[in-house]
Order: sequence, then C-alpha cells, then structure tokens
Amino acid sequence: MIPISWYLLLSAFLFACGVTGFLTKRNIITLFMSIELMLNGVNLSFIAFATRLQTLDGHIFVFFVMVVAAAEAAVGLAIIISVYRTRETLNVDRVNLLKL
Amino acid sequence: MTITLPFWQPWLIPILPLIGALLNGLFGRKLPQKLVSGIALFFTGASFLVALAHAWVLVSSPYAMLETKYGTWITVGQFHADFALLVDHLSLIMMLVVTGVGFLIHVYAVAYMEHEGGYYRFFTYLNLFMFFMLVLVLANNYLLMFVGWEGVGLASYLLIGFYFRKDSAANAGKKAFITNRVGDFGFLIALFLLIQQFGTLRYTQVNDILTHFGTEQHAGILTAIGLLMLVGACGKSAQIPLYVWLPDAMEGPTPVSALIHAATMVTAGVYMVARSNAVFTRAPLALLAVAIIGTLTSFFAATIGITQTDIKRVLAYSTISQLGYMFMAAGVAAYSAAVFHLMTHAFFKALLFLGAGSVIHGISGEQDMRKMGGLRKYMPWTFGVMFVATLAIAGIPPLAGFWSKDEILWQAFSSPFGSKIFWAVGAVTAFMTSFYMFRLLFMTFFGEYRGAKDAGHDASHDAAHARDSHHGTPHESPWMMLSPLVLLAVLSIFGGLVGIGNRFEHFLDPVIQKVEEPHTSNLESVLAMAAEPKTEEHENKGLETALMGLSVAIAFAGLALAWFLYIARPELPAKIAASVHGLYELVLHKYWVDELYSAVLITPLLWFSRVVLWHTVDQKGIDGLVNESAVAARDVSAVVRQQQSGLVRSYAGWIAAGAAVVVAYMVWMGTR
Amino acid sequence: MHQFLFLLFGAFCVGGAINLLLQKKTINSALSLIVVMGSLALIYLLLGAEFVAVVQVIIYAGAIMVLYVFVIMLLNAGKEEEVQGSHVAKIFGIPGLFAGGIIGIWVLLQHRPDDKLLPIGAMYGPADKVGELLFTKYLLAFEVTSILVLIAIMGAVVLTRRSRS
Repeated sequence: MIPISWYLLLSAFLFACGVTGFLTKRNIITLFMSIELMLNGVNLSFIAFATRLQTLDGHIFVFFVMVVAAAEAAVGLAIIISVYRTRETLNVDRVNLLKL
Repeated sequence: MTITLPFWQPWLIPILPLIGALLNGLFGRKLPQKLVSGIALFFTGASFLVALAHAWVLVSSPYAMLETKYGTWITVGQFHADFALLVDHLSLIMMLVVTGVGFLIHVYAVAYMEHEGGYYRFFTYLNLFMFFMLVLVLANNYLLMFVGWEGVGLASYLLIGFYFRKDSAANAGKKAFITNRVGDFGFLIALFLLIQQFGTLRYTQVNDILTHFGTEQHAGILTAIGLLMLVGACGKSAQIPLYVWLPDAMEGPTPVSALIHAATMVTAGVYMVARSNAVFTRAPLALLAVAIIGTLTSFFAATIGITQTDIKRVLAYSTISQLGYMFMAAGVAAYSAAVFHLMTHAFFKALLFLGAGSVIHGISGEQDMRKMGGLRKYMPWTFGVMFVATLAIAGIPPLAGFWSKDEILWQAFSSPFGSKIFWAVGAVTAFMTSFYMFRLLFMTFFGEYRGAKDAGHDASHDAAHARDSHHGTPHESPWMMLSPLVLLAVLSIFGGLVGIGNRFEHFLDPVIQKVEEPHTSNLESVLAMAAEPKTEEHENKGLETALMGLSVAIAFAGLALAWFLYIARPELPAKIAASVHGLYELVLHKYWVDELYSAVLITPLLWFSRVVLWHTVDQKGIDGLVNESAVAARDVSAVVRQQQSGLVRSYAGWIAAGAAVVVAYMVWMGTR
Repeated sequence: MHQFLFLLFGAFCVGGAINLLLQKKTINSALSLIVVMGSLALIYLLLGAEFVAVVQVIIYAGAIMVLYVFVIMLLNAGKEEEVQGSHVAKIFGIPGLFAGGIIGIWVLLQHRPDDKLLPIGAMYGPADKVGELLFTKYLLAFEVTSILVLIAIMGAVVLTRRSRS
C-alpha cells in the first residue's frame, strides 16, 4: 500500500519538469514535448485521486485530456511545419516578427 | 396716479443720441463726412430741445419730480430694479448742462476733427457717451445709474484712446479705465450694502427709509456706504488718490477733453454725492472725508498746475482742482453750491478747453506754452473768449465763476459741517488758480511769439493740423469752431446770475433732505482745536460780504502776480525755479505720484501676474498637469508594453506566472 | 512489492523527465518522453486503472509520440541548439528547486493512517465501467470531443498544405 502522497509527488515532479522545459528550451518541438510531459503529470494526479476517492470520473477526465492532447499535438505540429517552411528555423527566439 | 402733462417722454432724451450713435456706428463708414456730422448734430440738438421742453414742463407744473417707468429689469425676491427715469430739479440741471454744452462741443468738433481719420468713429463714440451720461443723470435708481456710470467710463476709454495707433494714447485710455474700475469697485460695494440694508436702490425709496434714521455719531453702516460711494466718486471725478488718469487723458482729442473731462463725465461723482445727500448728511464722518479729500485735492492739483508747460495739462490739473472745490462744497453739506459750481465750471472749463484747442489748431499742433506767445494779434477772437473764461475761473465778478466759487468758500466757512481751515485752504487755492490761469493766458497770448514760424512737426496729438495747407504763421479758427466758443463765453458771463440771492439753492431744495439733528462732527472737533465761539448766524450778511470782498481781492492778487512774473519780469520765473530747485522739481514731476503708484502697485501686480500666475500656476501647474499626465500615461504604457515583447518565450513565462497565481489562489481558497 | 514496483517505474519516469531536459538532440528528448509515458502506463496499472493504462500506451505513446518523431525526422530537427541561461530562470529556478525539494521531503515524511491506497492487483477501473460512464454521464463531452478531433484533423491538413502560387 502506497500513500497517495507518493503518487502526487511524482506527479508534481513531472509537472515541474514540464514547466522547466517549457520555459527554458529553445527548440519549438522540445517545447511541445514539455507540454505533453506536463499533461502526463496531471493525468497521474487525476488517476491517483480517482482511486483514492473511489470514483471513475477521474478516468474519464484523463481520457478527455488525452484526446485533447492529441488534437493539440496534431495542430501544433502542423503549425511548426508551417513556421519551419517560412522561417527556416526551429529556434523559438527567431520567430519574433511581432517584436518591436 | 395719472398725470396729465402736455408732453412727457423723457426716454427720448437719452435715446436720441443713442440712435445717432447706432446710425453712425453701423453705417458711418460709408457715409460722407457731412452726413455723419449732420446725424450727430441732429440727434444731439434734438435731445437738447427735448430736454429743454421737459424742463419747461416740469418747472411750470406743480410737481417737483416725475418718475416714469419703462419696464422691469430685475426682480429677485424683495428686490427689484426697473428701467425708469426720474426728472427732478437736480437731474434737470444736469441734463440741460450735458445736452447743452454737449451740443456746442459737437458743433465745435465738426470743424476741429475735419481732417482726422476715423471721423464717423469719433461721433459714434461721442453720441454714445451722451447716451450713457444721460442715463446716468436721469436714472431713478442706483443700478441704472451704475449702468450709465460704467458706460461713460467705457466711452471715455474709447475716446481717450481714439488715436489708437499711438502707444501713449492707448495706455492713457487703459489707465483711465482701470483707475475708474478701482473706484467702481467701491461704488459696487456701496450698492450691495444699500441693497442689504434697504432692500431697494430707488432714490425715492431709499430717501424715504432714511427719514427714519438719525445721524450717526460713530462710524456705522451709513458711514460705510458713504465712504464707499466716495471711493467711486474719487475714481470718476479724479480726486485723490484716483486722479492720475485725468492728466494722461489729455491724449484724446481736445473736444473729448472738453466734454468728458471737464464738463460732464467727471462731474458724475459730484452728482452722485448730491443725489445721495440723505446718506451723507446722516454720516458726518463720511462727509468729513469728502470735504478733506476735496480740499486736499484742490490744493494739491493747483500746486502742480503752476509748473506745467503743456497747455492742456494745466487745464487738466485745473479741472481736478475745481472738482476738489465741488467735493469740498459737498463735504460741508452745501450740495446745491456744489451743483452750482458744477454748472458754471462746465461753461468756463469747456470754453477753456475748446479755446486751447483753437490755439493748438491755429499753431499747427504745438501744445507747449513755452513755444507760444503773442498770439493775441493772430487770434483775436480766441483770445477774447479765453480771456473771459480766465476771468470766470479766477473768480472775478460779475462772471459766473465768482458766484459759485464764492458760495462754496462761504459755505466752507460757515456751514455747521464746515471749518475755517477748509476756507483758508480754499482761499489759497483760489489764489493759485487765478495765478496759473493768468499765467496760461499771458504765456499764450502776450509777449512775442516764441514758436517756429514754419511749424510742420507733427509730434503732438492733433497731428492732422500739420497737414493743413496753412501751417506756418498762426491763424484764427473757422467760424464753426468760434461760434460755440462765443456762446459759452456768454454763458460764462451771465450764467452765474441764477445763483444770486440763493435762488439756485432754493431751486434744489426738493432734492436735498434736511436732517434736523444736532450734528457735531466737523474738522475742528476732530482736530480737538480750541474752538472759537461758533456763531450760529449762517445768514450773517456782513461776514459774508467781507469774505466776498476777500475772494475778489485774492483773485486780483493772483492776476497781479502773474502779470508781474510773466509780463513785467519774464526772466524771474526761471530764477525762482532755480532757487527752490528741489521743490520745483518735485512739483514739476507731479510729486512723483505716478512713479510711486507704478512702483508700489503696478510693478508688484505685474510681477505677480507674470511670475506667479503665469509661470507657476499656468505654465507649471495647469500645463504641467495636462502635459505630465500625458507623459505619465506614456511612461506607464512604455512599461506595460514590455509584456508584449513578441518573444514566444517571454509569453511562455507570463503564462506560467499567471498559472502559478491562479493555482496559488485556488489552494488558498481550498484551505479556507 | 508494491512499493518496489512503484519506485522502479517512478525512477524511470523521473529519469526520463530529466533526460528530456538535458538532451541536446530533439530525437533523444522524444525517446525519453516515450520512456516516461510507458512508465506512467505501468504506474496506472499499479493504481488499477487498466483502461486508462492501455489508452495511454496506444494513443499517447503510440500515436502522439509517433507523430512527434515523424515531424522531427521530417524537419531534420536534430540540430544542436544553443543554450543560454536566462537570468530570470536562475533567479527563480534555483531557490524554487530547493523549495520544491524541501516540501517533497516533508510530505514524504508525513504519516497519515488513512492514506493507503489499493493493494496490488485490485483493478478498479475496468473498461466496461468506464465505458458505461462515458456513454451516459459524459456523452455530450464525448460527442463534442469527437468534433474537436475532426476539426484538428482539418486544421492540420490545411496548415501544412503548400500554397500553390
């Protein structure tokens, strides 16, 4: 029997890693992957609580999170491809046409 | 009550000149000169005839006064003021003087201003002035009088600054108006006090209420009202300390000086004091102030008049001095004497100014008496009328000035409010008046002509006369200018006879309220001098005749001294001036009063306006507020704008920060 | 046993996450992420969520990550990236790290009696129960999500089309 706090700590750690990568990395694709990492950490949290509270709603929510993550990944990658085609770079700092 | 009179339309008297002013003002630019002058003369003359008719009707009717209301003006609570005219004996005299002398001056001006620019403008302003002055004297309440009061101030400003391209003229106009305004401020406060105390500004109602008041022994509300009215009168009638505008007002054309600054506008103050006699007689302290100021002013101005060399300036200071006489008379509660002198002074002072204008016209614009002399042979008619006028003002019988001035001196001596000191100062002033007036006459008309024979300079005010083809030798003026002079001379000779035997005084009896209370305030009690046994015999004929003889002697003494110094020994004046050099310089520079005002009042005020109000309040404060708020908005937005950097990673950072805030909030809510 | 399994898979997760951050090549990061997802699926199984675990493997690791790998290879995104430390990150990050560590240790040391979860092997989330819930209570969300996916597909197709000029 594992205390729920262990799962939650793991979830928090995954989320923190995701945030760090999101803020720090320069490659767009790596940025997106950090977002996926964040989502996974959150999923873990949901499942842990669902088991704890003996309700299946958490599983449903995770399911939907995954669907949304899929959609987001698809569209996001499409955008990345468009950006790569126009700007010839995957460095997020170079995508700065809006900069004053 | 309905009054059946053969003809009673007093509104015509002020309105006729107003119509003339409107016609000339709106259309005069396009009309030929003859038509412009014709319009002006017609309406002024018509006004005079109507005034004459009304005077006749009133005098032959059983009434002493008639009020006619033309409409309500203001109604606020209990207070109301109307457009209404009052014709009684006092306003009758005033309106006859204004319209009569005014008409004569208009005639003179037609010829005098013939070559000036702005002909129609001149007559517009002149008629406008007539309108306002008539409103002033015919009003039946103080508020309508104040309208006229302000209006004549405006007309005076417009006319003094008539040669508006000259800086000195424009400045003189401004000075006149602003100094008048200071006086008007006092007058306004007096009006407010009247409204507060009596709830009305109508003369008849105020006088009725005042009959229930006793004489104030100490300073009370009536004294306050009286003193404030005095302030207003000082502004308008050029008494100390607000007289400084009148000498500078000589920048205006000479007919203006004659009409406004000799005969009519400056007498408005005297009229106002006479009209408010009910207030003043019950406020002995205020009355005393009037007398002191009048006496002081007449003496002061006479001393300055002795040293001046510009012919118009001498006459200006003479006007101030004579007005001082009128105030002295009013200040000893001899209101009818003051009005009498007002009337005679209008005659001979207008004559003096117009004659001076004739002289100036004749020698192509020169006004400095040191460059005149011997003009008697070139301008005999002008000399004749000026001689008459000088006799009149010096107080030589049987001309008009003698009767009125002597009446004033007698009242100053014998009135219960009077004092021998007033009489003494008045007598010395009479001596000085006679002296400087004859000095003027001798310097101008006697001796050798000291001016340049081919005078073509146009440095002085009546510049256009240099453009006349006949500059060079001095010449006489045209008949159109001379005939009003002759008429005024006749009036100066015979005008005083109406005062013989107290007839004038009785004529004004209905206007003057008699206050049957013991009055104690007079100059002697204030100065705590040992009083001589005060004989209550006002009608001591012997004393009166003795004083009369003394006045005549004083007048002749002045003439003699002037003869001595300017004809017999013309080199003496310069030597005398050199020997009392300091005193002479002081008087010559008018006691440095203008400079004093400038340093004490005007310069600090201008400094305050410029440095405090303009630089600090306006530029730094208000502009600063507006500009700084714009700058602040820009700076704030510059900071806020950093957030929209266009860099994806900074957006990512902001998102993360925002998310952290939201999560923290939710955690905090969860733990509550 | 339970704890050992958890610790094992937890270590895989942690290692994969840290590796994701530390790798310079993108493809390596992607592969680390796949490791993380697989470990997570196993942890879900530990929690008894069998349906979700399978869905995780199939969809997350099997579809989404494959898509990522395709794009990486398509764009040849194996380029090195320059890493410049950001000042803000250092200022907030290092103390944050310490704070996080301390909190974590404090939590771990807590002893709460009612904190234990399922024993191993007890499956809590069977597919049929989940499906039942999905098609009754969350039916609307389910349908809407399907539309969302459709839109995403269309978006992806449109965005990547080369404009014919």
